[in-house]
Amino acid sequence: MSESVKDEKRRKLLATTAYATAGVGAACAILPFIDSMNPAKDVAALASVEVDISNIKVGEEKKVMWRGKPIFVRRRNEAEIKAAQEVELSELRDPETDAQRVKPGKEEWLITIGICTHLGCIPIMGEGEYKGWFCPCHGSQYDTSARIRKGPAPKNLAVPPYEFVSDKIIKIG
Amino acid sequence: MSNHIENDFGQSITEKSKVAKWINDRLPFVATIENTLFKHPYPKNLSYWWSFGSIAGIALVVQILSGLFLAMHYTPNTKMAFESVEHIMRDVNYGWLIRYIHAVGASMFFVALYAHIARGLYYGSYRAPRELLWWLGIVIFLATMGTAFMGYVLPWGQMSFWGATVITNLFSAIPVVGESIVSWLWGGFSVDNPTLNRFFVIHFLLPFVIIGIVLLHLVALHAVGSNNPSGVELKSKKDSIPFHPYFTIKDMVGFVGFFLVFGYFLFFYPNALGHPDNYIPANPMVTPAHIVPEWYFLPFYAILRAVPDKLGGVLMMFGAIILLFFLPYLDRSKIKSGALRPLFQKFFWLFIFNFVLLGYLGKSPAEGWYIWASRLATFYYYAYFLLILPQLPKFEKTLPEPESIDAHYRAKHKH
Repeated sequence: MSESVKDEKRRKLLATTAYATAGVGAACAILPFIDSMNPAKDVAALASVEVDISNIKVGEEKKVMWRGKPIFVRRRNEAEIKAAQEVELSELRDPETDAQRVKPGKEEWLITIGICTHLGCIPIMGEGEYKGWFCPCHGSQYDTSARIRKGPAPKNLAVPPYEFVSDKIIKIG
Repeated sequence: MSNHIENDFGQSITEKSKVAKWINDRLPFVATIENTLFKHPYPKNLSYWWSFGSIAGIALVVQILSGLFLAMHYTPNTKMAFESVEHIMRDVNYGWLIRYIHAVGASMFFVALYAHIARGLYYGSYRAPRELLWWLGIVIFLATMGTAFMGYVLPWGQMSFWGATVITNLFSAIPVVGESIVSWLWGGFSVDNPTLNRFFVIHFLLPFVIIGIVLLHLVALHAVGSNNPSGVELKSKKDSIPFHPYFTIKDMVGFVGFFLVFGYFLFFYPNALGHPDNYIPANPMVTPAHIVPEWYFLPFYAILRAVPDKLGGVLMMFGAIILLFFLPYLDRSKIKSGALRPLFQKFFWLFIFNFVLLGYLGKSPAEGWYIWASRLATFYYYAYFLLILPQLPKFEKTLPEPESIDAHYRAKHKH
């Protein structure tokens, strides 16, 4: 009798171990399939684009594509730069100074990913209370440093990695 | 009136047909199908409100069949999708008909689903012992919403693209992992070809998953039996009649009504329920002035926009459906049927009006008084489930429950 109880325990342990091993194995087998849905290597490799900025006039914006997303390249005028620099950090939802968002000595150029941080629409330049951008979908408003000031979006428009190759050309990515 | 009309309804098919008996003796599904589909006893007082379940079922069949033929001509690639849909509309024989059946059919499916759900809400069909039946229904509702959303992306028009962008971005509201989840959903850094390709595959797969859940829904229905307008359970044989021929014929009348409405839209206003912007090819560089989802998502879209915080809005929107899962425990009334609760009825119809109002607000621009109206309407939506249903039974006077379904039926039909 006591021996059969002992057998039961051993059997249960063996069964539990087998289930656990099979479970871990199945979970591991799922991983490659889940990862296959992540961006493929060729998609991830579409890394950089070069943009000629010499033809953008002061106060204008050029939209370019990078990784399937629109990039705003905006050449700001004096008043817009000043307005962006004078904002107190305490007024901002996602506090960043204007200097953190542009390259030193190139304050004229503001380069951001043109996708509203709310739900991904493309904001319209020069509209809204802060004369930065206004998103037509759900009414988010950005200032002239593309920082979120009003509406449902939680964050500033993101600044993509970029560098000035020369005075006329920037490389995004 | 005599009830003794000569018929052979009582006989089973295995008694009537030798072939059926031969098959059933070797593969016993003939009797099973007959018992579950035809002989199953139903309360004899079911009204036409009970037809919407089978109407939703036929709508699912219409979608799967029309979708199958569309898939033979459609190309899930961003460079060709829009043109392949135009090819279906202009060149494929009867392609225009099949595509309009599929597009209008999606709307009709949701009409049936909403009517079916509203009937359940009114007559307390979610109450014990039908909790699991109700939950399976909500899962079907969610799966159908997912299927419809992905289907709307396939024509690759402006609304397809921007609807997909907005809806997938909802997941970016999740703290920490949100961005990686969205990029995983896209298979890239924006809605693009990998997204379209997988949406097509999932859109094709899900309806068959839905069929599976519908079968479970029916198994659960047969285990606990149909609810009925009186809210009283089946007690004796006198309360019930077999599904066939009584409700098969009643459902046919429902189908005729349903297909009349379907045909009206299909042949006269096939684009009335869609958005004209979706006939503009998708352009990732230009957002349409107003992004609106299909009409059947509008009430939930209004809830999303009513909340001035991103994560909060997303949670409130999904919460509005998740709340339905808790309904069996939120409603504290002693009796099931809303037909016997005069005070409840006032709040119920206000809820229905409020839901339609949310739909209207979801279509309107998010500005001015619309914002405040949607906040108020969102408040009532939640209050109905969290405040009114639990608290109302403490104050309301209900009408007496009939002794049995048979008594309820006789009182109504005076014999």
